[in-house]
Amino acid sequence: MTRISLTVNGQRREADVEPRTLLVYFLREHLGLTGTNVGCDTSTCGACTVHLDGESVKSCTLLAVQADGREVTTIEALARDGELHPLQEAFRRNHALQCGYCTPGMVMAAASLLRERPNPTEEEVREGLEGNLCRCTGYQNIVKAVLDAAASGARV
Amino acid sequence: MAATETFVGRSVLRKEDPELLTGRGRYTDDLSVPGMLWMAVVRSPFAHARIRGVDVTRALAVPGVVAAFAGSDFRWAGPLLMAWPVTEDLKNPPHYPLATDVARYQGDGVAVVVAESRGAAMDGAEAVQVDYDPLPAVTDVEAALAEGAPLVHEDLGTNESFTWSLTNGDVDAVFASAPIRIEERYRIQRQVPNAIEPRAILVEPNIATGQFTMWDSTQVPHVVRTAMALATGISESKLRIIAPRVGGGFGSKLQVYPEEALALELARRLGRPIKWTETRSENFLATHHGRDQVQRMELAADERGKIVGFRAHILANMGAYLRIISPGTPVLGAFLYCGAYTGEAYQVTLTGVFTNTTPVDAYRGAGRPEATNAIERAIDALARRVGKDPVEIRRINFMPPFTEATPSIGGLTIDSGDYHATLDKAIELFDLEQLRKEQRARRERGDVRQIGIGLSTYLENCGWGPSRVIGNVLRYAGGGWEAATVRCHPTGKVVLVVGTTPHGQGSETAYAQVVADELGIAVDDVDVLFGDTDVAPSGWDTYGSRGAAVGTPAVHRAARRVREKARAIAAHELEVAEDDLEWSDGAFRVRGAPDQARTIPQIAFSAWTGHNLPDGVEPGLEASSFFDPENLVFPYGAHICAVEVDTETGATRVLRYVAVDDVGTVINPMLVEGQVIGGVVQGIAEALYEEALYDESGNLVTSSMQAYGLPGPPEAPTIITGSHVTPSTTNELGIKGVGETGTIASPPAVLNAIVDALSPLGVTEIERPATPEKVWRAIQRAKGERA
Repeated sequence: MTRISLTVNGQRREADVEPRTLLVYFLREHLGLTGTNVGCDTSTCGACTVHLDGESVKSCTLLAVQADGREVTTIEALARDGELHPLQEAFRRNHALQCGYCTPGMVMAAASLLRERPNPTEEEVREGLEGNLCRCTGYQNIVKAVLDAAASGARV
Repeated sequence: MAATETFVGRSVLRKEDPELLTGRGRYTDDLSVPGMLWMAVVRSPFAHARIRGVDVTRALAVPGVVAAFAGSDFRWAGPLLMAWPVTEDLKNPPHYPLATDVARYQGDGVAVVVAESRGAAMDGAEAVQVDYDPLPAVTDVEAALAEGAPLVHEDLGTNESFTWSLTNGDVDAVFASAPIRIEERYRIQRQVPNAIEPRAILVEPNIATGQFTMWDSTQVPHVVRTAMALATGISESKLRIIAPRVGGGFGSKLQVYPEEALALELARRLGRPIKWTETRSENFLATHHGRDQVQRMELAADERGKIVGFRAHILANMGAYLRIISPGTPVLGAFLYCGAYTGEAYQVTLTGVFTNTTPVDAYRGAGRPEATNAIERAIDALARRVGKDPVEIRRINFMPPFTEATPSIGGLTIDSGDYHATLDKAIELFDLEQLRKEQRARRERGDVRQIGIGLSTYLENCGWGPSRVIGNVLRYAGGGWEAATVRCHPTGKVVLVVGTTPHGQGSETAYAQVVADELGIAVDDVDVLFGDTDVAPSGWDTYGSRGAAVGTPAVHRAARRVREKARAIAAHELEVAEDDLEWSDGAFRVRGAPDQARTIPQIAFSAWTGHNLPDGVEPGLEASSFFDPENLVFPYGAHICAVEVDTETGATRVLRYVAVDDVGTVINPMLVEGQVIGGVVQGIAEALYEEALYDESGNLVTSSMQAYGLPGPPEAPTIITGSHVTPSTTNELGIKGVGETGTIASPPAVLNAIVDALSPLGVTEIERPATPEKVWRAIQRAKGERA
């Protein structure tokens, strides 16, 4: 067991973890933050995307011990005070989700994308989300939602 | 008086979204219960091997491992349910959750390990020693039928499971006398459905009562309940199956899987909760696959290209075992090898073949994308043969417009349709003239990047289905009706309980729209419950585009019954005869005195207290409906695709795609468009990228999302949608279905476009998926033939 200490969604957390524990399982099974999903075992699908020190990462490619001393944000912390985050609003407005399983990762990846590039082109959105797979929507409404959130000018 | 807001026909935003967007949706793997153990399955690395022995000793020594069992340690009450014996003499070797003597595909389960943690279960599974004696394997349908082929089930003496056929008219005479005959051969590659949520199961036993609760990532909790009773002998009344949020299915969770029976049996045996979550690598091997056919498609026509005869001969790969509807999957397409066209004679022969591969079963469209591929590719070949434009040849062959149910040469009675109308609209949206001009210009200047335009004017059958027909004519073992209950709380808030099990379609929202309009309340005042066999005990779940077409009429009828009961109470309270009331603006109003009114919430409270009910009227305000349709429904449409093909590299991209569909009455246009776009992109990926490929020994070569070719955002084109509505005559609401139209229609549109792009180079056929390599090879082959 290895002792780690990190900040998750603004809260200080300490835990003893098996060194082989992936960050995503630490979040899901130790902290009960089940909004972050697991869709593959090859770091392909992006369902597990979270923010590590403000940047999007696939939490299935990191060990929990690698997040020691760092700051993690998950989908659970995106909506504030009962208000959906502008990206979540845009996803809903544009019907950018169906089964919802890829959605938390997709929203986190999109948030990181918009932070780096507040006014992306359609092509930039598609390239920026290339590591996130969705089987339901054909991506069209996801792209639309991200562009819509960017155009709405709301701070993401 | 302000008009009450109505909802049907509007793009109401989804009720499902807030919880799914915030990570509060609960999928099966999100759940855990105290004392839970983890299960891992030991799978055969060989496609075909005799199992000499299974030794679990080392697994039991792994820290955290609680138990481990071989296949021979189980005695099942029955095999896993196979519900569609399409012919009387179909061969169906019983399939039990674990193999005992012979493993028949790579991924076939041979042992199971249970441990205190996910990691320990996996470590334990790796420590199980299985002594295999590899046997020759066969993965291809034609090879499997050849003389001397390895036998998947030795005792059957053959790899043929069944041959099913349908004949309409004098096919031989029509073909013999037709001046034009064409014969095409297509291979429909195997697909892996790839719902992004892997399968997951959690079973909690109650050792005091003998009851079991199973949370399951399934499309069909009701079917699973019955199938688990049959496999384990546990009474259905002791089984509660719950499908919580389910992360996509596409047919792959319309199944009864070995792991469900194993988890249940182990929970009973060990008296502790059992959890299992599939890894993606397991999903590629152990979740059923789709498609995989070899097709011979023949058309007979006159010199103008008017088709008189259709003849299809299909070899359908079943994989190693028949699963829940494996044999029925090709049958679902068997009536559609004529597309939306007329003719004088029709014949389809389907042969189901065992191979040493993952079982094949329903995948979005199930049988209909295959049939549509055959006819829509073949009609283009006919057009080339008689020198006609693809648009023109379709127009001279379409069934004429009709609004009453009309028979097709394929043996169906179609609800309604106007095939010219969707084609006209698609051409208009596509700007066909402009693209043809650009195509000519590139051809003339010998551009490296050529443009091609492809059509697919499909017709499909869905909305499964009329119980009498599917049972008595098609030999399906299940029913096709749907159930709904509308229950009013005292305050007038409504709970709707449905027997379908939506998993992304947005049915909760669509159903709530129907109930809200029927009862004059808001969508937000309707909560929808489903996917739990204790809460919604009756129903046949969600697949085959039945959620809207079969589910909604049940919802509508239940709501209408509530309203009719409310009418009696309203009349009593307003002291008028029932006939003196009219339903308008969301309330019962006295004719000529509309201010004297009662709303459903008002009546709900009266019905609940029961203080002042008319004689003979029972308290409470709720009603149910079991709706069994008389027929299937028949969506259709016209899809047009433009591709750009790099003739030097073979790389293909979709330049423009227009989908115009008639799915009957639309409850929520936003949801319909979402289904169409998602399905079309899935179908484009089928045409261009995706393939489950086995090597000669039966190893699945494309066994990860990356190797398999799942498209990401950059690969997906923008889809332009349009609609045309001819109400279905199958149900009173006019609803058809939309869940599968995209994957049914789109692959041939893309493939026809590629052939069109390359036709000046002499290319007449392209293999699926049309990867750059296959396109490049087709170009080289055509060049070689010309040289």
